[in-house]
Amino acid sequence: MTLTFNTLVAVSLVYVALLFAVAFAAERGARRGRDRWLRSPLVYTLSLSIYCTAWTFYGAVGYAARSGLEFLTIYLGPSLVMIGWWWTLRRLVRIGRAQRITSIADLLSARFGKSGPIGAIVTLMAVAGITPYIALQLQSISLSFAAFAQGMAGGRMAEDAGLVAIWTAAGLALFTVLFGTRNLDPSERHHGIVMAIAVEAVVKLVALLAVGVFVVWGLAGGVAATLERIDASPVPLWQGEGARWAGLILLSAAAFVTLPRMFHVMVVENEDDRQLAVASWAFPLYVLAMSLFVVPIAVMGLDRLPAGSNPDLFVLTLPLAEGEVALSLLSFLGGFSSATSMVIVATIALSTMVSNHIVAPLFLRGRPAEQSSRDLRRVVLLSRRLSVAGVLALGYLYFRWTGTGAALSAIGLIAFAGVAQILPAMVGGLVWRGATARGAGAGLLVGAAVWAWTLFLPSFGALPPEVHAAGPWGLDWLRPHALFGLEGMDPLLHSVLWSLALNTLVFLGVSLVTFPSPVERLQGEAFVNIFDSAVAPRAVGRGGGEAEELLVIAGRVLGQDAALDFFRREAEAQGQSGHLPDVTPAFVAALERQLAGSVGSAAAHAIVSQVAKGATVTVEDLMAVAGEAQRIMDYSARLEAKSAELERTARALREALGKLTRLAEQKDAFLSRISHELRTPMTAIRSFSAILREEGLRPEEVRRFAAIVEGEAERLTQLLDELLDLSIPAAGAHPARPARGAAVRCHRPGPGGGRGGAVRPPAGPARSGCRGDPGLHGSRPSGTGVHQPGLQRAQVLRRTGSGAAHRGASAGNRDCRGFHRQRARNSGRRARSGLRILRPPALCAGAGGARWGGAGPGHLPRGDGKAGRIRDLSARHGRGGLSRGAAAEACPGGRIACVVNGISTIFLPA
Amino acid sequence: MARRGRPPFLDRRRYRRTRLRDAACLLPVLGAALLLVPLLWPASGQGTPPSNAGALLYLFGVWAGPILAAGILSRLLRSGGQPEDAPEDGL
Amino acid sequence: MGRRVLLIEDEPNIVEALSFILTRDGWTVHAHADGATAMERVRSGSPEVIVLDAMLPGLSGFEVLRALRADPATAAIPVLMLTARGQEKDRHLALRLGATGFMTKPFANAELVAEVRRLAGG
Repeated sequence: MTLTFNTLVAVSLVYVALLFAVAFAAERGARRGRDRWLRSPLVYTLSLSIYCTAWTFYGAVGYAARSGLEFLTIYLGPSLVMIGWWWTLRRLVRIGRAQRITSIADLLSARFGKSGPIGAIVTLMAVAGITPYIALQLQSISLSFAAFAQGMAGGRMAEDAGLVAIWTAAGLALFTVLFGTRNLDPSERHHGIVMAIAVEAVVKLVALLAVGVFVVWGLAGGVAATLERIDASPVPLWQGEGARWAGLILLSAAAFVTLPRMFHVMVVENEDDRQLAVASWAFPLYVLAMSLFVVPIAVMGLDRLPAGSNPDLFVLTLPLAEGEVALSLLSFLGGFSSATSMVIVATIALSTMVSNHIVAPLFLRGRPAEQSSRDLRRVVLLSRRLSVAGVLALGYLYFRWTGTGAALSAIGLIAFAGVAQILPAMVGGLVWRGATARGAGAGLLVGAAVWAWTLFLPSFGALPPEVHAAGPWGLDWLRPHALFGLEGMDPLLHSVLWSLALNTLVFLGVSLVTFPSPVERLQGEAFVNIFDSAVAPRAVGRGGGEAEELLVIAGRVLGQDAALDFFRREAEAQGQSGHLPDVTPAFVAALERQLAGSVGSAAAHAIVSQVAKGATVTVEDLMAVAGEAQRIMDYSARLEAKSAELERTARALREALGKLTRLAEQKDAFLSRISHELRTPMTAIRSFSAILREEGLRPEEVRRFAAIVEGEAERLTQLLDELLDLSIPAAGAHPARPARGAAVRCHRPGPGGGRGGAVRPPAGPARSGCRGDPGLHGSRPSGTGVHQPGLQRAQVLRRTGSGAAHRGASAGNRDCRGFHRQRARNSGRRARSGLRILRPPALCAGAGGARWGGAGPGHLPRGDGKAGRIRDLSARHGRGGLSRGAAAEACPGGRIACVVNGISTIFLPA
Repeated sequence: MARRGRPPFLDRRRYRRTRLRDAACLLPVLGAALLLVPLLWPASGQGTPPSNAGALLYLFGVWAGPILAAGILSRLLRSGGQPEDAPEDGL
Repeated sequence: MGRRVLLIEDEPNIVEALSFILTRDGWTVHAHADGATAMERVRSGSPEVIVLDAMLPGLSGFEVLRALRADPATAAIPVLMLTARGQEKDRHLALRLGATGFMTKPFANAELVAEVRRLAGG
């Protein structure tokens, strides 16, 4: 089978079309929610394989052919990092998710107080470092085309490597723009691209393994034979370069976490810790598989290919030389995959950085916020697309500039050393709260400068030979490969040593003497305490980082003490002895309610759900929340004042009500007592009066009974005197004017004359009785021996509304006194008349009358059979009470003696 | 602050999990130590360096060993509790 | 000797009035003034009717009534309750405790005598 150049191009295009299809399908699946598969740890691990670029695919064999086992260092560093994920990458990935980090520049910028300059510096360094790397990929592609083109019928492109490179670059730009910058996803996740990379990872692994199997079992004749050949190889695998061995392991480990494309797939595209846990062993296994057959291929290539062959292309040229066209085509596709996947992800990562940290800040400068937010999206998308093209163009220019001379591995290591400059600021920022933006910026700049001077610029001959020999301006301590007079070192190690040492020194020194801004300190706290443990790993017991995270947030909202109290209570409720409760849904809900009390439910929900999802609140969020919280606190303070006032009023009301209730009880007891005291003598009086009226009594009986009546009457009078002298509670509150009704009682002197009230001995001559008309116009008592006061007078008793209190006039006379009382069971009648005229029963007891309790207004018992005439004064005088004139009118002929407390005392002529 | 009230001893399950994490942290250190063994090998020409095949097998051996251990640890750590909500010991 | 009525009342004048009208009506009247010892007097005297005042020294009339009704020996004796307080709740209380009749003071003599007769079943 012969392979034409055009076939090769066609195969490449079909392969690229396949990648497009995979990417499209993955994006569609992700949009439809079928992305569980895409998030699997396997895909994540395979996407990490973009670490293995064309440099690895082709270059490792060349590296091994030149330097023996040293090529392994490039894989061993990352392997160690992945195996130690628990205390390295887990923190990085967690912070990336929590802070929604979009790139390594974003990471440093966010850590150092959302610093714009830091982001820009890191971006520029990354672009400078990655440009050679992209050039490397372009070079490898054009080299592989060229390798095929040798002795092959082809077009112009076969001769012009540059033409291949530029077409490749253009195709890659198109793919990247299509899938990498199609939309602005805040998470910066690209399912299509990740999926395409995963496919490419499989292709390149299969290709390399296929070549390896072919070499070991097809060419060498088995494992043992291969090992024999390796042993017999003239190139010693261990060349005694101990410093380079250790240094390169360290450098590759550093580059593994700082390379923008690695950071992108490892941190930005990461979904959860599970992916990382699987990748911790799967990724080292992948790179082990990738390097398993490197040495056999190198040895066999050196053995079987003509001297002078480029060992960087052994993977391709060895099967080609053995006539295995299909295998070499697969190998070609593997190399192609390696190169394209790296370029795609690297340009996405770089374009994100360029647009976010250089273009967007420049665009936003001096523009009003509302206009910016509308235009920014368009600008960012455009700048991303231009950045993709720009980065690829830069890579192409570097490729043209350096030509194809430099070994692939050398270019890769230059890039490694460049991005490794980010490491001190990154690690320092993650573990040391004292790291400041100025320290980081100074360290980055110094490191970048030293790297550029000692490694980057010399790499493409930018420095004239005399500078190399004698230093700039004759300053020989500034010679690029012998800085500060340190001569005789490997240039790469020399550069890495000086740049990282000075970088770290400056970073730490400046950090120590500068003071971070508040936002920096807040972010530092959030980064360093992402698991709420600073430097030392602590014994892990119970509780959890999530609970502590929630505690920190709750502390910011509620205040530390209140938050601690709440958490302790919740922990106790869960039956835990500590003060960090388990983060159960119930606890989260309770905390949310607690926070809602301070910041409102929306903000509380946002806070809690962000923490629960593993994303912390950013400074802006916190500030917004703080503003809302302040407003709510003001409002609740006002509410509190109001409710305190209400509370006081309610308390006063309760007290007043209690007083009233006690008064009512006292009143009932008082009335009940009065009733008893008055009725007891009345009972005797009434009973004996009735007896006395009967015929057939013996005279001594009559006398005795009359004496009892008189004695009881006297007792009653005394009781009334006592009663009327009583000051009834709340009497002072009554107005002087007559209240709604008034009772008038008029007495006229009876014929008996004489003042007998005070006669104590029961042997009095008179029988007392009352046959008088209790009517308002007075009555002329009749009957035998009626004992009447000598002085005729009328008493006007006043009633106070519906009031419980009753008063008698304290006019001082004891001869005749009306009284007024009210009983609860009369209340029904009260409403009808508003007035009650009552008769002292002692004076008016009638033999056939109803019991006192039955008496009501207008229905006074008919004592002696004559109807009393009772007028409802309220009808005549209105409910306003009895005026002086009205009282006089009520008792015609009477002379009003005085009006005291609304009670008129009227003297009536005899 | 957050450590007040932590029980001085953990129950058996948690103790086991804690030691697993210790192992996960120690593994890269062990791996690094084994990978730095070549520094003790004499360079070619001075003394007798290990044979090419021997060096190759050693390095792949000390590479594969920690990978295997990491695979086992990762599985144990995941079954012992979701890393997502597990207590964090940081660094 | 007529039928026995026991007055439990501490007011001497009322006792005298009641004694007079009831004696004249043909009753044999006994009076007792103290609430605390009233029960013994009832047991020893075994009256046909008891006229019981609500307000008594020693033990209130209501308590006496309760004791009367609690003792099987006296539970069937008709009791006319008298009260000077005249409140509705007293009437309810008395009837609930088992009073056979209830009158407020002051009373009409004829009514009282009629009530006592009625209670005695005569």
